[in-house]
Amino acid sequence: MDKYIHTPITEEITADLKSGDYVYITGTIYVARDAAHKRMMEALEKGEKLPIDIKDSTIYYMGPSPAREGRPIGSAGPTTASRMDKYAPTLLDLGEKAMIGKGKRTKEVMDAVVRNKAVYFAAVGGAGALLSKCITKSEIVCYEDLGAEAIRKIEVENFPAIVVIDCEGNNLYETAIREYCMK
Amino acid sequence: MIRSIQTSVITENIKEMCIQANHYLSKDMDAAMKNAVFTEKSELGKKILNQLQENLKIADEEMIPICQDTGMAIIFMEIGQDVHFEGENIEDAINEGVRQGYTEGFLRKSVVKDPIIRENTKDNTPAIIHYSIVPGNKVKITFAPKGFGSENMSRVFMLKPADGIEGVKNAILTAVADAGPNACPPMVVGVGVGGDFEKAAIMAKQALTRNVDEHSNIPYVCELEKEMLEKINRLGIGPGGLGGTTTALAVNINTYPTHIAGLPVAINICCHVNRHVVRVI
Repeated sequence: MDKYIHTPITEEITADLKSGDYVYITGTIYVARDAAHKRMMEALEKGEKLPIDIKDSTIYYMGPSPAREGRPIGSAGPTTASRMDKYAPTLLDLGEKAMIGKGKRTKEVMDAVVRNKAVYFAAVGGAGALLSKCITKSEIVCYEDLGAEAIRKIEVENFPAIVVIDCEGNNLYETAIREYCMK
Repeated sequence: MIRSIQTSVITENIKEMCIQANHYLSKDMDAAMKNAVFTEKSELGKKILNQLQENLKIADEEMIPICQDTGMAIIFMEIGQDVHFEGENIEDAINEGVRQGYTEGFLRKSVVKDPIIRENTKDNTPAIIHYSIVPGNKVKITFAPKGFGSENMSRVFMLKPADGIEGVKNAILTAVADAGPNACPPMVVGVGVGGDFEKAAIMAKQALTRNVDEHSNIPYVCELEKEMLEKINRLGIGPGGLGGTTTALAVNINTYPTHIAGLPVAINICCHVNRHVVRVI
């Protein structure tokens, strides 16, 4: 089912999202991948505050290519989410409500999604040029020295994504494959 | 006859190839992607494949890289034995081409200087270069930038001779099934069978640079490529890993003699942005 949603993605919104829904997201989201997640964890371990407002946040696992003149961002497709599995449960427990990436997640992440009534979306991997057109604004929030891995805050408009893991723990990667498997 | 080539010519060509490969898909890949839209059975799969068509169009028209992971620069240099390079050393010349291509082409710099310390080199160097010396006085450059979403899902299996062709088939299916959505399907599957540990892996990588509409000229390998493509597409993984009948666009297999005690099999998986550009100088 096609759904149009706005950030912040709250529990009221995730309660209505089902694995397999096709959504168009509009609003503000954060961008962070491997190195930024590692640094956020180190900050937490030291008892420091996170550099982003984590409550009801959406984090897009992505590292863009450089922007050409006049554009907010370069190519901007999702990266493999499993590399963030080590960090995601902690962030979800702190209030992160939605993750956008691609690929499988661990049981620990799935449990954290259910526990926190969160959601995991997949964006189409390898569609970085198309997805960049849905991004209207981009600014670096912190960790600028990480280059493509810096934390960004971006504005998206009708950003297409698919609900893979919903707040009840249904997983489209398992159910959809079964339907077409002809072994 | 000995032919002199200025290494600055290599630099210039590599620079152009970096930009070309990351914005335009090769003709064979483009045709395979277009065809998949018609053959895919899943509605969601079709929708994703259509998005990927739109993505290629935007990349081409607006000069935005097809994928933000513009890859680590993998380069196969086939150097004629009658070539004499003049100018700076060839390795520096190649890396200079990568540096210029990734900087001037607004491509992502995805290389870290040390695998543990992980500081970005900020110009996507060094490239990974495979040299071979061949007859003649020309240089054939194959440039194949490789994204790591799919690279991470690649495998090497050191099978036993008794495992035979069934063992090879199982290895390929296992690697593809494990890769699933992580490798951005529809994928291209490069396979190296034989040689030793690293020869198998290099063959698998090289197999990815073979056009997806060409088969091996060894009859049983050609049959194996066709059979494996069919079997992979029955796994149900589909476009984006969200279910469907298009999991792979091609299976390219290269082979080499091996030891009496071994049967190495390497599977190098590539996403649908299987970039490869060839120039002969």
